[in-house]
Amino acid sequence: MTLDETPRDSSGGGEARRVGAPRSTTRDLERYAGLFAHRTQGMKSSAMRDLMAVTAQPDVISLAGGLPDTSTFPAEDFAALMARVAVDGAAAALQYGPTEGLEELKECIVQVMSAEEMAVEPDDLLVTTGGQQVIDLVCKTLLDPGDVVIAEAPTYPGAVPVFGSYQADVVQIEMDADGMRIDRMEEALDRLDAEGRVPKFVYTVPSFQNPAGVTMSLERRRRLVELAEERELLVLEDNPYGLLRYEGDPQPTLYSLDGGRYVIYLGTFSKILSPGLRLGWTAAPRPVLEKMGLGKGGVDLCSSSLSQHFVCTYFAERDWRRYLTTLTELYRRRRDTMLDALAEHFPAEATWTRPEGGLFIWATLPDYIDTTDLLARALRENVAFVPGRAAYLDGRGGSSMRLNFSGVGEDDIREGVRRIGKVVGEQVALYGTLTGVEPAQPRARARAEAPVAPPASGTAPAPAREAVAPNVLPLRRRAQ
Amino acid sequence: MSRVALLKGGRSLERQVSLRSGAQVQDALERLGHDVDAIDVGPDLVDRLEEARADVAFVALHGRGGEDGTVQELLDLVGLPYTGSGPAACIRCMDKVISKHAMRDAGIPTPDFYSFSETAFRELGAARALPAIEARLEFPVVVKPAGQGSALGIKFAATAADVPSALVAAFSYDTRVILERHIAGRDLAVSVIDGPDGPEALPLVEAIPVDEDFYDFEARYEIGRTDFRCPAEVGPSVTASAQELALAVYRLLGCYGFARVDFMLDASSGELQVLEANAIPGLTGTSLLPQAAEAAGISFDALIERVLDLALARTPA
Repeated sequence: MTLDETPRDSSGGGEARRVGAPRSTTRDLERYAGLFAHRTQGMKSSAMRDLMAVTAQPDVISLAGGLPDTSTFPAEDFAALMARVAVDGAAAALQYGPTEGLEELKECIVQVMSAEEMAVEPDDLLVTTGGQQVIDLVCKTLLDPGDVVIAEAPTYPGAVPVFGSYQADVVQIEMDADGMRIDRMEEALDRLDAEGRVPKFVYTVPSFQNPAGVTMSLERRRRLVELAEERELLVLEDNPYGLLRYEGDPQPTLYSLDGGRYVIYLGTFSKILSPGLRLGWTAAPRPVLEKMGLGKGGVDLCSSSLSQHFVCTYFAERDWRRYLTTLTELYRRRRDTMLDALAEHFPAEATWTRPEGGLFIWATLPDYIDTTDLLARALRENVAFVPGRAAYLDGRGGSSMRLNFSGVGEDDIREGVRRIGKVVGEQVALYGTLTGVEPAQPRARARAEAPVAPPASGTAPAPAREAVAPNVLPLRRRAQ
Repeated sequence: MSRVALLKGGRSLERQVSLRSGAQVQDALERLGHDVDAIDVGPDLVDRLEEARADVAFVALHGRGGEDGTVQELLDLVGLPYTGSGPAACIRCMDKVISKHAMRDAGIPTPDFYSFSETAFRELGAARALPAIEARLEFPVVVKPAGQGSALGIKFAATAADVPSALVAAFSYDTRVILERHIAGRDLAVSVIDGPDGPEALPLVEAIPVDEDFYDFEARYEIGRTDFRCPAEVGPSVTASAQELALAVYRLLGCYGFARVDFMLDASSGELQVLEANAIPGLTGTSLLPQAAEAAGISFDALIERVLDLALARTPA
């Protein structure tokens, strides 16, 4: 799916090889490349992906993942429920199902959405293979090459390759502690309008944003929905974490504020139950939903019947809210542990966000530290994070990092943050030695209030070269 | 037919490339009829080598640990023959401070440089010397970690103000860094393989970025983002001098089996400058050594077979 949301196969690739298969010569590769669609130019791997390959080693404390802690799901429940699926509906569970998803599953989704005050009819829903498929289907349905998409800065790293593969022109709008700056978005819309361009949709994770951890304020949610209507823009509301709130009052979803006219809602069972099920859903305006359904039929015919039957059985026989409570209590403690560890171990030059829910904290270091390079040093200390650049399409984010607190235990969180703090401290001190700039005094455990993004010059994508640190350019690489 | 322990992966930052090299080599070895035991190098390496009961090890590792002499010392110790250079040559290739000093002493052209350890800055106030160095090298200056095999951590400082953050980045990868004069020009590589008549230089490969503005670390691993010209269109005299220099570097650093020497062809002076030598060149589909071998009429399988034979023929150190 993406460089950071999926656990690694630590064995480093399958052992089964096609012996005797025609080998790839240089000329073959050129021939394949000649056959590639133009849009594959937008499908890039990255140096970061190579670095991330090292994070899967067993002795590395990885704060880089985006993984829920599936070890909390009782094994005996899992066994009993799967047995029930086998006894009651083996033939159906092993069969194809309807493209739009099982009716019974849609009833479960109606329950989950009503927990966030959203009223939907089963007919408004399309069951998908993970929430990720919704992002893909929305792009497939709405985007021609070069079409503009508005996204947050930083944005969900897993959406970046999807936008790339549809050749979207992504305009990222800066955020602060109240989420996306809607005023900046309006400016961007006006500027685009002057160029005769209209974005197809706005992509946002309004609650406990991945990666920034911030939540869009009610005022901004209202304004965004208004704007969508005024300008006839669609909004893709990606809400995987809305129910994982550890403090504060729930905010209404964009979908509930808008009544499903301009908002396409993305939900998932990944964070409230299990990502291994690969089940998500979308609720969207009917014409959009129908097109997405046709798109899905072409992609995978239907989502896993087995998974759908499992979820139906789970909802029938267990209290899904109780498991959710288990998760929120666990993650709240882990978040608090990480916030305390950051205050203790990160130098005064660093800032970070304080999420009220979700899975991530976004930390920003002085602009002379490049977190992709820092990751190389951190890996020597057996700790990993996601470098901020993964969350931008324009090269920004070079001094930020995403830290996950859901996937590892409290001891590992403390130790991992301590190790990262140590290497950051070393770099701050080294920079001080090189420039004569004294490192700042250690913070007195004050909570750092962080701007989420480096101030962008408007919202136009900054050229990658200006983004790192002024004039420090990644050099053309030497051959491998 | 031999029993071959194929060493791949490992913990280096070039793990991914190594896995791809390893997969490519494994296919070739199996097509050649060898019995291959692929080992993703980790703490159990010695045990795995014992279990493998191999006749020879094919080292398809890149970067720290695999290409810097560490694994080679270990293989010497357990008495298993292996492909490529021995520990001393690996150390010399991997460490740009050592290789560049050796080249400069031997009169082989390499861009002017100064090297520093982190200690020099922390304890000896080396920062005070930076302005003088910058004046001598002229901007832009290239800042590199001494021992990183790939391009990770290599930065380009356009002005004096950029040097500190470039140094901080380079020190993320190694305790020593190089400040090097930047050579603007064409990016060439000459691969060398040993043969019955001694080392032989293969045709030149030129790497040309498809999209100059966004050419970066990633591009080289991907089909379609870099154009490779092999043989490079540089004329017979540049070809001959590059090949001669590559062989000189190969001998100077004591390489064995194969290696790849990277050059810049200075656009202003027309001179060749050696940037570095790689003791274990990439063996992926897009790598330069296989391309060059193919241009010389040596198929990938024949290349792998030759490198393996050389390993078996080497007299123990």
